[in-house]
Amino acid sequence: MTASEFDHHTTIPGTTLFDGEQAMKGYQLNKMCYSFNVASARDEYLADPESYYDKFKLNEDQKRACRNKNVLEMIAAGGNIYYLAKFAGMFKLDVQDVGAQQTGITKEAFKEKLRKAGD
Amino acid sequence: MARIIGGLTSSHIPAVGNAIANELYEDPYWKPFFEGYPPVRDWLNDHKPDVAINIYNDHGLGFFLDKMPTFAIGAAHQYVNEDEGWGIPQLPPFPGDPKLSWHIIESMVADEFDITSCQELAVDHGFTVPMQLFWPGAPHNPDMPRTVPISANTVQHPIPTLNRALDFGKALRKAILSYPEDVKVVILGTGGLSHQLDGERAGFINKEFDLMCMEKIVTAPEELTKISRHELVEKAGAQGTEFLMWMMMRGALGDKVTALHQNYHIPISNTGAGTMLLECAA
Ligand SMILES: [Fe+2]
Repeated sequence: MTASEFDHHTTIPGTTLFDGEQAMKGYQLNKMCYSFNVASARDEYLADPESYYDKFKLNEDQKRACRNKNVLEMIAAGGNIYYLAKFAGMFKLDVQDVGAQQTGITKEAFKEKLRKAGD
Repeated sequence: MARIIGGLTSSHIPAVGNAIANELYEDPYWKPFFEGYPPVRDWLNDHKPDVAINIYNDHGLGFFLDKMPTFAIGAAHQYVNEDEGWGIPQLPPFPGDPKLSWHIIESMVADEFDITSCQELAVDHGFTVPMQLFWPGAPHNPDMPRTVPISANTVQHPIPTLNRALDFGKALRKAILSYPEDVKVVILGTGGLSHQLDGERAGFINKEFDLMCMEKIVTAPEELTKISRHELVEKAGAQGTEFLMWMMMRGALGDKVTALHQNYHIPISNTGAGTMLLECAA
């Protein structure tokens, strides 16, 4: 999937505004991720992800994005980063792992980019 | 009568919760951040507020997209820090002040702010991390004030305007000052400053904009209301919209404040971290 395929809902580069349209599109995906606040739900998901996707009625795009653990694809499928962080957390991915993945650089390079913002 | 003695701002980054749990105060990465807090704690120790109004934004623990309040006010006896899913240590419950909560809710609605009242509200890192920074050991710090959490929506657009946030704070001030009990109140505004977690622009931080906001919020908060919400996303990053909490806090402090202390450090996690202590004119 290339960047041009994303509907960002804004003129700000690389930024998808999570508005009503995205909220409707991603409702089931976000609802699943919200469920991961509870430890037993995380265990249930990890034991059988495919059944868990069906339980929350994810569509094919959402399932594929989750299988790929691809955050940009999850956002394109309507995911909201605050809920997606709970998904990422199950795989011990922090916000810098997620940032590095979305920007296509290593975690070290991403952290260096953050540090440089202070110069 | 109740008095508002000052305002405190802090970023509320989850990684800080872990750094506190691991006592990384002297670690070179964390030191410049944690150094911003002792002067605020000294001031709190001198003044010992009875109540802390904690204005934060929920990140998908207390609220979901099924029902998303724009402004929610806690009205519970206590606030439970539930599991957020990604491993930040949970804290014991924080004591509330439901009598003050309902007074604020009555006054705000009479003032035509349509708020959501919450008799149960699970509080996340947005609420707990600043409490830990200002009152070490929270909630078991002996000086721990009672609390009223107030959460504003920054999860889903449309979010409130900066002007509405400042006006909310002004109405909150009116509510607190009309409370008949003799309590000392501090207002916390938590979140920000600039950061973006999502999209190809993840990692965006804007030092110049943050420093401008920290300056203007002291002397000219009205000027900041000219920033549109779209401009706020552009300049502060998608999650930098949490600056709205600072605006709500500022509105509650009245016209004249003195900035007694401030600290700004980049980066903590993905964020430009800002801390301020604003004292109200006596
Ligand atoms: Fe936040």
